[in-house]
Amino acid sequence: MTSHLAVALDGDSFDAADWVAQVRLADEAGLDLVTFEDSFGRRGPDAVLVASRVAPLTRHVGLVPVATTTHTEPFHLSTALATLDHVSHGRAGWQVRVSADPAEAALLGRRAPLGFDELFAEAADAVEVVRRLWDSWADDAIIKDVATGRFIDRDKLHYIDFAGPYFAVKGPSIVPRPPQGQPVVAALAHGPRVWQRLDADVYFTTPADADAAARIVRQIPAGRKVFADLVAFLDDDQRTAIGRRGAAISDAAVFAGTPAGLADLIAAWQPAGLAGFRLWPGDPAHDLPAITRELVPELRRRGLFQPSAATTLRDRLGLPAAVNRYEGAARA
Amino acid sequence: MPKQIILAAHFPGVNNTTVWSDPRAGSQIAFASFEHLARTAERGRFDFFFLAEGLRLREQRGLIHDLDVVGRPDTLTVLAALAAVTEHLGLAGTLNATYHEPYELARQLATLDHLSGGRAAWNVVTSPGGFFGANFRRGGFLDHADRYLRAGEFIEAARALWDSDGGDFAYRGRQFDIRGRFGAPRSPQGHPVILQAGDSDGGRELAAKYTDAIFSRHHQLADAQEFYRDVKSRLARYGRDRDSLKIIPGVSYVLGDSDADAQEKAHHIRRQQVSPQTAILLLEQLWNRDLSGYDPDGPLPEIDPRLDEDDTIVQGRAGMYADRLRTANEWRARAEQKNLGIRDLIIEVTGRQNFIGTPARVAQQLDEYVQTDACDGFILVPHLTPTGLDDFVDQVVPLLQERGVFRTEYEAGTLRGNLGLA
Ligand SMILES: Cc1cc2nc3c(=O)[nH]c(=O)nc-3n(C[C@H](O)[C@H](O)[C@H](O)COP(=O)(O)O)c2cc1C
Repeated sequence: MTSHLAVALDGDSFDAADWVAQVRLADEAGLDLVTFEDSFGRRGPDAVLVASRVAPLTRHVGLVPVATTTHTEPFHLSTALATLDHVSHGRAGWQVRVSADPAEAALLGRRAPLGFDELFAEAADAVEVVRRLWDSWADDAIIKDVATGRFIDRDKLHYIDFAGPYFAVKGPSIVPRPPQGQPVVAALAHGPRVWQRLDADVYFTTPADADAAARIVRQIPAGRKVFADLVAFLDDDQRTAIGRRGAAISDAAVFAGTPAGLADLIAAWQPAGLAGFRLWPGDPAHDLPAITRELVPELRRRGLFQPSAATTLRDRLGLPAAVNRYEGAARA
Repeated sequence: MPKQIILAAHFPGVNNTTVWSDPRAGSQIAFASFEHLARTAERGRFDFFFLAEGLRLREQRGLIHDLDVVGRPDTLTVLAALAAVTEHLGLAGTLNATYHEPYELARQLATLDHLSGGRAAWNVVTSPGGFFGANFRRGGFLDHADRYLRAGEFIEAARALWDSDGGDFAYRGRQFDIRGRFGAPRSPQGHPVILQAGDSDGGRELAAKYTDAIFSRHHQLADAQEFYRDVKSRLARYGRDRDSLKIIPGVSYVLGDSDADAQEKAHHIRRQQVSPQTAILLLEQLWNRDLSGYDPDGPLPEIDPRLDEDDTIVQGRAGMYADRLRTANEWRARAEQKNLGIRDLIIEVTGRQNFIGTPARVAQQLDEYVQTDACDGFILVPHLTPTGLDDFVDQVVPLLQERGVFRTEYEAGTLRGNLGLA
């Protein structure tokens, strides 16, 4: 079995060249996707725009920005992510995030922060709305029928008519259906609150070891892809890596050692049922090149990783074709 | 030295100016179309590329409009991608102040300004009607006056954020109470260029007080000169000099080998833009009634327009007619005098092709507009995607350069610098 490989980028640079350089490394190494961390409270650029900025300059890698549902309009999220999918020719994803931070709420000035249960209920509604909007145009809605003078067939557009406690959205989208139909939805899942409520295709989890990974995989509904997050400090000399690791702490397990050592760990965890791994370079300037230039060839030698020839992120991850809920038709 | 002309390229998005039935018409959605038009504009040393924003698909008679191009990508996301394939071109996006929040939008615009090396511009609109609200948390509607109050405070808040240079800030007004630390350092332009597109007194005041440029719809010489005079005269009240606000109408053009050839092409384009069905829908927008029973080649309705502005037959489009009855009577008189049916009349009265002729004639006329203070430049609205600007860049731009009224190389690193704004 081979694993999928992802890298998490969470830099605060506002220089496009920094992002292009990093995403190109991942692209050229054949990684499946990169995620772009974000929150309103942090210092750093808007992740969706960064993903879009690098899209024309990369070819294969999936582009998965983090965007919160707590302070955003689901309509704006849906159209921005659909557009990222158009711009990248089917490589867009979205990592859903909620924000319980009162300081973030004060930046938006809109309202008092919600409690956790409500935040997740709101996020679940937002995901539902975003997905419905992606489906609100049939693939073949644009007909350009000169004979009848019609650009679209309006019967192939659908009002989504969503009404919930947090917002109501009428639809349809203003953006025609994205190339993947449904861009890939991901969520960081520390526990059942996330995978039981948020309808994601990919869950990033933080097991401490292979047994914990197996327990998590058993709880997550079948058909979803489970990735394990790992922080990676990589050096040819293990002591150097451990030294660089210092006191680094993370929700995710921290690995400090040689690329071969990390390949051993991946080989040991993968049978737990993990679809893949998301690696957090301890120091992007050092560890991202170590991942793409040393770890990846090592994993390929061992048959643990194989770059996909698929052109869309869904296909890359082996997700089923997206069925349009309003049309019932499958797509390639 | 003559005034220098500002040139911008409007992506031919959703409206009936965009001819989709032409065999040369490409996709309105594919990134390749945006890239082609932007690269062409940059090859022509244009100041900026312009994108409109959609918040809901237009409806007429309660049905989604299906005759013109419908659907478009998200403004900021496309502009960020275009920053990757252009180097100098300004990237202007329409983003309404009613259904966005200042922190989020200021951060996105700062991001775009950084990621493009100082080329971001924001066209602030207020979006008419409650129709759009159905897609947003806010829902509902803001009164016209409140929309501009919100827009003014929105700009003030955005400026406070940009000026904080990643530090602490607080903004408190009637519309917003926001505080904290802005997540972006000062961007290359400091403040992205701000445009405004409202035409009412409130819109003009907002422009005079806060913005760097106006996207106007005044494109007939005398009317444009009057608008120019009115808006520029408002600047002194805010301690601003006349050159600090640029007035740039949206216009279209048709080029031909001779003036007669251009006229013929223009006529052909207008007939593609206004199909018989489109003619009836455009007439309905003034009449505010279902006119589906009328013959597009027949006479104008004898029945008068319906004046109920709260219940309009078209939803999702800015109100275009102030005095419906007077305009209807003008149209009837014109149709009668020239013996025009509905479609031919609509072709005449809704046209924006004021620059028709040989490249030399068009260059001369554009120059005349700018030198006689009808405007400071133009937002060109081509009728074709993605090649609609190719002929202008190849044939008219060199003539403007010869006249000494348009740059041959970008002079500055930022859009603000190229526009001659401080
Ligand atoms: C040239 C021009 C372009 C406009 N573009 C947009 C647009 O892209 N999206 C939008 O929602 N409104 C657009 N508007 C509408 C304005 O936002 C504004 O709401 C409308 O003009 C009403 O304001 P007013 O009464 O001051 O004219 C545009 C208006 C003009 C004149």
